[in-house]
Amino acid sequence: MAFTPITKTYHDFFVDRDRENCIDCQVCVRQCSYGVHYWDENRQQVRHDSSKCIGCQRCAALCPTQCLTIRRKPSEFREHNVWKPHFLKYIYRQAETGGVLLGGMGCVTDIPIYFDNMLLDASQVTNPSIDPLREPMELKTFLGAKPEKLEIEPSASGPVLKTRIAPQIELNYPIMFAAMSLGAINFNLHVGMARAAEELGIAWNTGEGGLHKDLYKYGKNTIVQVASGRFGVHRDYLNAGCGVEIKIGQGAKPGIGGHLPGEKIDERVSQTRMVPLGSDAISPAPHHDIYSIEDLLQLIYALKEATSYTKPVAVKIAAVHHAPAIASGIVRAGADIVCIDGMRGGTGAAPIMFRDYVGIPIELALASVDQRLREEGIRNRASIVVSGGIRCSADVVKAIALGADAVYIGSAALIATGCTMCGRCYTGKCPWGIATNNPELAKRQNPDMAARKLANLVKAWGHEIQEMLGAMGLNSIESLRGNRDKLRAVGLNQVELDILGIKHAGR
Amino acid sequence: MSTAPRHSFDYVKDISGCGVFGVIDKKRTPISGTVAIDAMASMHDRGNGLGGGFAAYGIYPEMADFYCFHVMGYRDEKLEEVEALLKSHFHVKAAEPIPTNIKAKVSMPPKVWRYFLQPRDEDRPQWRELEEEDYVVRVVMHVNTTLGAVSNVEDKAFIFSSGKNMGAFKGVGFPEDIAEFYRLHEYKGHVWTGHNRFPTNTPGWWGGAHPFTLLDWSIVHNGEISSYGINKRYLEERGYVCTLMTDTEVVAYLIDLLIRKHGLDKRMASWVFAPPFWDEIARMDEREKKLFSAMRMIYGSACLNGPFAILVGNSTGLFGLNDRVKLRPLVVAEEGSRVYMSSEESAIREVCGTLDNIWAPKAGEPIIVEVEA
Amino acid sequence: MKRVKPVKENCIGCHLCELACLTAHSASGDLIIAYTKERPAGLSPCKTVIHRGDSAVALSCQHCADPKCVHACIAGALFRDPASGRIEYDEARCVGCWSCIMACPFGSIGRDPAKGKIFKCDLCKDRGSPACVEVCPNAALVLENDE
Repeated sequence: MAFTPITKTYHDFFVDRDRENCIDCQVCVRQCSYGVHYWDENRQQVRHDSSKCIGCQRCAALCPTQCLTIRRKPSEFREHNVWKPHFLKYIYRQAETGGVLLGGMGCVTDIPIYFDNMLLDASQVTNPSIDPLREPMELKTFLGAKPEKLEIEPSASGPVLKTRIAPQIELNYPIMFAAMSLGAINFNLHVGMARAAEELGIAWNTGEGGLHKDLYKYGKNTIVQVASGRFGVHRDYLNAGCGVEIKIGQGAKPGIGGHLPGEKIDERVSQTRMVPLGSDAISPAPHHDIYSIEDLLQLIYALKEATSYTKPVAVKIAAVHHAPAIASGIVRAGADIVCIDGMRGGTGAAPIMFRDYVGIPIELALASVDQRLREEGIRNRASIVVSGGIRCSADVVKAIALGADAVYIGSAALIATGCTMCGRCYTGKCPWGIATNNPELAKRQNPDMAARKLANLVKAWGHEIQEMLGAMGLNSIESLRGNRDKLRAVGLNQVELDILGIKHAGR
Repeated sequence: MSTAPRHSFDYVKDISGCGVFGVIDKKRTPISGTVAIDAMASMHDRGNGLGGGFAAYGIYPEMADFYCFHVMGYRDEKLEEVEALLKSHFHVKAAEPIPTNIKAKVSMPPKVWRYFLQPRDEDRPQWRELEEEDYVVRVVMHVNTTLGAVSNVEDKAFIFSSGKNMGAFKGVGFPEDIAEFYRLHEYKGHVWTGHNRFPTNTPGWWGGAHPFTLLDWSIVHNGEISSYGINKRYLEERGYVCTLMTDTEVVAYLIDLLIRKHGLDKRMASWVFAPPFWDEIARMDEREKKLFSAMRMIYGSACLNGPFAILVGNSTGLFGLNDRVKLRPLVVAEEGSRVYMSSEESAIREVCGTLDNIWAPKAGEPIIVEVEA
Repeated sequence: MKRVKPVKENCIGCHLCELACLTAHSASGDLIIAYTKERPAGLSPCKTVIHRGDSAVALSCQHCADPKCVHACIAGALFRDPASGRIEYDEARCVGCWSCIMACPFGSIGRDPAKGKIFKCDLCKDRGSPACVEVCPNAALVLENDE
């Protein structure tokens, strides 16, 4: 096309407008934050420039006559199994800009998704399946360190517990909303997550951008995060939540920090993060006070001191090759919860090379961490929370059967509120009003609606988890946790089976 | 203690339906084996001839101070290996074949021996630091995870009873035939448990029959422990290795862990196995709420989930428990100083004409009977 | 009293409410015909989305407790139904004097040049529920029912 650089010629999507049904009402024009649709004065008609389209589907979703279809632009490149079109496009972009490739959301490469190779068991004849509509079916979960055993003393009124139990986070569902910072996503979604978490009796995570003071009232359901930038961290913040999470790494971009561009730092974000208005907020790759495990121990205990030992402290790491050894060190350093974020986890912005090629799948990391902690006899000393590509309630069940206590859902939560995984979160122009602080766009997330959808999603998954538990002949979630006997594999090799600790289907 | 075996997920496990029976005399008056045998025989149809067994307490009064190991195996050289191990870890007071009737209708009977043993004190080959009972457990685990865990059934040799003044007798066959094989009508004891098994696959392995025992504990069980996968891993972390290819094994080890090692009593152990529901806990007073919340949090991996009726015997008592939604039958009856527990009322009526009292305990409600002091 | 209350904080300015209103009050009941055929012939939505800066709000008749339009009407075409609380409009009586349009503080009464009469929100009383409330993708229009 004339006056167009090569990178724009090879765009990914095109708008298919059914002219017969288009009434030129301009709803698409108003919805598109990328300027794809526009009003053409000369023609007195709505027109579009497909080269700007990022495939978010917002226009198609709101078009009142359904005249819009967003299509993948058919590849104009010759078939080539090595030089797939996206590699060509990456190179064109980098030749043009000289910059690092950026992407949003999780890994897009076709690495194996082990959840899809694991199947669940169900009762037949020898044990009755249990109907959760008729019988109790318990999902209650407690996160935190558990003692090896209990001291119980008899008394006149009955046995009395003598052991002091470390602080716990009580969850009505083994599902929490993952860390997504204020700034990366906007205030409306923080409100939505907080309200939904309160209604459900679960927890949501602030992410590294602090907790807005209007949300302190949801503290009982809030995990506050402390990350390498220490944004928004102060005594009241630490004490506002039901638990504190130290973020070492993130599954989408293990080994690197974060960068919230100054344009996203508005008044509210600035106050909450405690950074100047409009200045970039940069989270360093490591915590500069943690260069080794003994330093982590100090931070864990500093946070426990700051919260008077009333809240469990979690440590979140990205799933990497040595996750089991690292997790063991984290538990021995005093963490009450180990969070492992797999490579399919989402993010607002990550270098594409990290998003797609650094880290390991959560299933393998989880299985090996759980097994390692058991081999060392310290599994009871910390709960395991996993995240990174939990897409449905069966994924939750499989993760728990592998050994997780609970899961975090981030991408799934955003999808519940409209996200279409277009992956341009870092532009600040999110047309669904999620990853943007532009007030006009952020309004697209009505906090009431977000809260309702998030709560509905978790309730729906809860029902499904109950059904699956009942089918397996179990009536409480703790009997599923680490119960790998309930899993069978299809299409995996012996090494994979050994790591996952499950039998192949048919055995 | 790094004991959780890495490849234990690959162990095979059998599932089965069953009939159970137990009787105790609270005054320790000996009960003839025929009571248990007749009761089990009346529940013949609850099994399919692929497993039967009994445990009896008070049967070796003259050897009451010695651990009595019952050992089974097919090949002499394997049994000799077990014997060598036992000799290196214990002083052997007596060693003899268990009296059997080889005309009994049982398939492929192994050779069965019993040893009366006393643990060595200072000159132990290994595990010098352990308390006596832990030492005994360790030797049993060692034998059963090595010689007892080989894949070929005919090469197996293992210990199926390890308490004092008690013994387990079990194998492949209907319980009345197993009793005939072991000549159980010749024994007298103050506690008996019996089991009739309906396995749904057939390892044809005598060790897979009930009761499962460890030290003084014996377990017979009707049901399926659906939580087996995590119960097993929880136990592995604590040095117990499940090798017997059946879910009931975990109950024996959990009882040992909770009661002997963690100091819980039977009542508390029953709360671990069949805990109150969270909405029941919510209605409790503060003391109970604290206690039961903690028990569920800490012992969640020891909860027995799935349908079960379990009888746990030891030298001082008999303990019956149903799962917390009662998916398997269990009836209890009293007559004088005797208490009976059974899958079917008919089995109790078969061996006891008049009863003072008979009832079906509620879901999750333990029946704990102790002998009088 | 019932009214469609606009929630300014939630209004994303998409104008779908206008399209829904147009369709609900069209002869065809079909959005495409209503917009492309009936609208040029004079059909208008009873609702207007106003933009100012980042804010937008969709305004329509608020069915006021103290209705200025009713007081201003010289023909008795506008009146308050005591049972429903709605400000009713009898088109047959309207003489097209536009007094009500000048009186309405919300600018929520429109002019139909083809008929020479006014039009305003009737809360979609023949439809069951207001079309604009149903169509709004962000719950920025709420059917209020305060007694």
